[in-house]
Amino acid sequence: MSHTIEQLDAEASVLLAKYSSNGLKNKDRLAIPVQEMPSQAPEIRVNNMEEVALGYTEAQVIVESMRCLQCATAPCVDGCPVRIDIPGFIALAAKGDFARSIATIKDSSMLPSVCGRVCPQESQCQLTCTVGKVHKNVDKAVAIGRIERYVADWEANHGTRSIPPVLSSTGKKVGVIGSGPASMTAAADLRRAGHEVVMFEALHKAGGVLVYGIPEFRLPKRIVEEELHTLSDMGVKIEYNFLVGRTATINDLMEREGFSALFIGSGAGLPNFLNIPGENLIGVFSANEYLTRSNLMKAYDKAKAGTPLFDSKKVLVFGGGNVAMDAARTAKRLGADEVNIVYRRTSEEMPARREEVVHAHEEGIIFKYLHAPKEILGDDKGRVTGVKVILCELGAPDSSGRRSPVEIPGSEQVLSCDTVIVAIGNSSNPLIEKTTKGLKVDRKGHIVVDEETCATSMPGVYAGGDIVLGSATVILAMGQGRKAAKAMNEYLLAQEKVGGSAT
Amino acid sequence: MFTIVDKRKMSPEVFRMVFTAPYIARSRKPGQFIIIQQGGDYSERIPLTIADADAEKGTVTIIFQAVGAATHQLALLDPGEAIANVLGPLGQPTHIEKFGKVICVGGGIGAAPLHPIAQAMAQAGNELKVIVGARTKDLIIMEEEMNKISDDVIICTDDGSYGRKALVTEPLKELCEQWKPDMVVAIGPPIMMKFCTQTTKPFGVPIIVSLNTIMVDGTGMCGGCRVSINGKTKFVCVDGPEFDGYAVDWENMMMRLGTFKTQEQKAHHHCHIGLNIKEGEA
Ligand SMILES: Cc1cc2nc3c(=O)[nH]c(=O)nc-3n(C[C@H](O)[C@H](O)[C@H](O)COP(=O)(O)OP(=O)(O)OC[C@H]3O[C@@H](n4cnc5c(N)ncnc54)[C@H](O)[C@@H]3O)c2cc1C
Ligand code: SF4
Ligand code: FES
Repeated sequence: MSHTIEQLDAEASVLLAKYSSNGLKNKDRLAIPVQEMPSQAPEIRVNNMEEVALGYTEAQVIVESMRCLQCATAPCVDGCPVRIDIPGFIALAAKGDFARSIATIKDSSMLPSVCGRVCPQESQCQLTCTVGKVHKNVDKAVAIGRIERYVADWEANHGTRSIPPVLSSTGKKVGVIGSGPASMTAAADLRRAGHEVVMFEALHKAGGVLVYGIPEFRLPKRIVEEELHTLSDMGVKIEYNFLVGRTATINDLMEREGFSALFIGSGAGLPNFLNIPGENLIGVFSANEYLTRSNLMKAYDKAKAGTPLFDSKKVLVFGGGNVAMDAARTAKRLGADEVNIVYRRTSEEMPARREEVVHAHEEGIIFKYLHAPKEILGDDKGRVTGVKVILCELGAPDSSGRRSPVEIPGSEQVLSCDTVIVAIGNSSNPLIEKTTKGLKVDRKGHIVVDEETCATSMPGVYAGGDIVLGSATVILAMGQGRKAAKAMNEYLLAQEKVGGSAT
Repeated sequence: MFTIVDKRKMSPEVFRMVFTAPYIARSRKPGQFIIIQQGGDYSERIPLTIADADAEKGTVTIIFQAVGAATHQLALLDPGEAIANVLGPLGQPTHIEKFGKVICVGGGIGAAPLHPIAQAMAQAGNELKVIVGARTKDLIIMEEEMNKISDDVIICTDDGSYGRKALVTEPLKELCEQWKPDMVVAIGPPIMMKFCTQTTKPFGVPIIVSLNTIMVDGTGMCGGCRVSINGKTKFVCVDGPEFDGYAVDWENMMMRLGTFKTQEQKAHHHCHIGLNIKEGEA
């Protein structure tokens, strides 16, 4: 089914010649086929870590952009968590004005090269896109994410990366905890306002989940590094190996170290387990551990890496989200003969990005739907030998509208395997909560914030991203980082005035 | 910058290193540990216990045995050079209070992290006895330091080359019988800690052990360090490293330590060669 990049480009060029005359009618636009994303052939990519999706060619991006109807109401914008001017940047891309197109995106989003690759567009902007509605198929909506990716990459490849201007120093020192998308965005916006910004990251590398979780084949690390360079060039200082709560507490930073305000973007880094028997056997890993070993510690490079990886032949991955897809596809690349996704519901309910599921299928990942793990079995050396599962059927929808799985009595069976990867989500790490006096969290340990300002219960302390939302998305984390920075800048300005009049 | 200010070889495989780490020096408490990543994209992150720290000078002391690839790499660094990444202090500090009579048992390299705990126990007004054991004389460490804080330091070696020819559990049992301690703290190889718990159990003495499991991040993010405590899963890096010795599922903990056995043996082989060459030249 899939075609080479050359074939796709040639097809697009034909379409471009045909449609480039001005005055395209909506009917014509609707007749243009969705441009397929060129990608590495499955049988090749399962043997390397390089990016799967190769990105549109110039002809493709222009043809795809011509599919946009430039709706006056722009329902796509309503689907975008940060309200990017989508018809605006697409119109510019259709004209080949990529510089202004990317500038338009950057008015609202700080990390387009990341979001173009990892946003769940089919449940956001592309879900509400008119073109998809007309075709009664969300897969036929304008490929907004692919266009976004193209213009973001175009900027990177044309060496036009600009360093956002920084206002003159306010003399205030502001801390940003964590270095994921929420913190990167907050740091940039705070620095722009002229504050001294210090970013505290627990690990020896910055980028959060973008670096330790999401694999190279989906989001090349150089893209995240590039964004971090921009932050450094703006003057943001990154302190690695700094675990807030242990190396110094929030109270220490505010009272002793002279920080006027703090943003907490510490993510949802506490892996959930199912709490079924056998989960501590040898060969059972959280997806976080499995992916961190491979990505952050580069254990996929077995010849060079000091960090070991488990040799797997047959792998079962529990879960149906992006994390599960990433773990399964990583296991395949690391040499497993057979990799299965074990999910309690059906493909309909799977929260993973559509594209990742398609890619996983192409790579030979086996999907076992309506299977619920009950027990992990091991041998006398404590090594995993299999998983006892029970079959399920879908019951009535629950309060969230999702149909919940109901176990079918007597349908237990054993699936053999030597490795189990548990990818059923993350909770919030309680370290900051436990070591900070006066910080309010909810029942699940998420930091409680004001919806408009992201202010926490502590004056001068703000929070955003997964630590507030639970495991969410890159774009939502980014949105909150921006919202918080805006409120922090206002807070610091107001403080200055109060401070000024008092002395 | 974690610059090494002092390095000493305590025995052929055991090194003592002092490096600057002002925040850690200031925040750390007995019982806590650090994670080191020696630099370069490919190095492993390894947990190491803190043997001592000087908050004023801003330095931290570690004592480690060069047993794996990463510790060998670390041992090659000299004063003036810097350790690329040091994260800490990690884990919960030891719960120190006046229990009454306390026995501190250290096996091998475990005597190093035991020292600050023993010291704090003495300072809290406890009567203190210390047992230090190792395979052979060369591997006995911290004897002098322990003598400064306790009048009764018992040394044992497996081969009898120094002190008593005995496992640490022998004097431990005798002291349980005769001295009747109120609390025991044991740090050392898992098998030693397991046997210490078996020794103290009949006497109903509480025993605290410090677990050194496989770790990656040390922040609670990966779960690789998990152990079963009273049937509940706990993360050693955030909930530990110290636990009630009777609550630990030792069998599972020791099996999990062997998760990457085959891979590690391969890696270790390469590094040993590197270290020996350097020693030969020096
Ligand atoms: C495998 C995987 C795949 C995913 N795929 C997608 C996807 O395709 N699309 C999508 O939109 N989302 C995806 N997500 C979710 C997305 O990555 C997160 O929602 C997003 O990264 C959250 O950003 P954040 O800034 O809140 O925190 P994070 O990215 O989690 O970053 C938090 C950072 O804070 C550091 N930290 C934590 N505690 C402390 C402390 N006490 N002191 C100092 N530093 C600390 C951590 O080390 C980490 O670097 C995925 C998540 C995972 C795990
Ligand atoms: S909804 Fe779709 S067609 Fe309409 S403006 Fe947005 S992207 Fe274009
Ligand atoms: S070492 Fe990763 S959670 Fe403890």
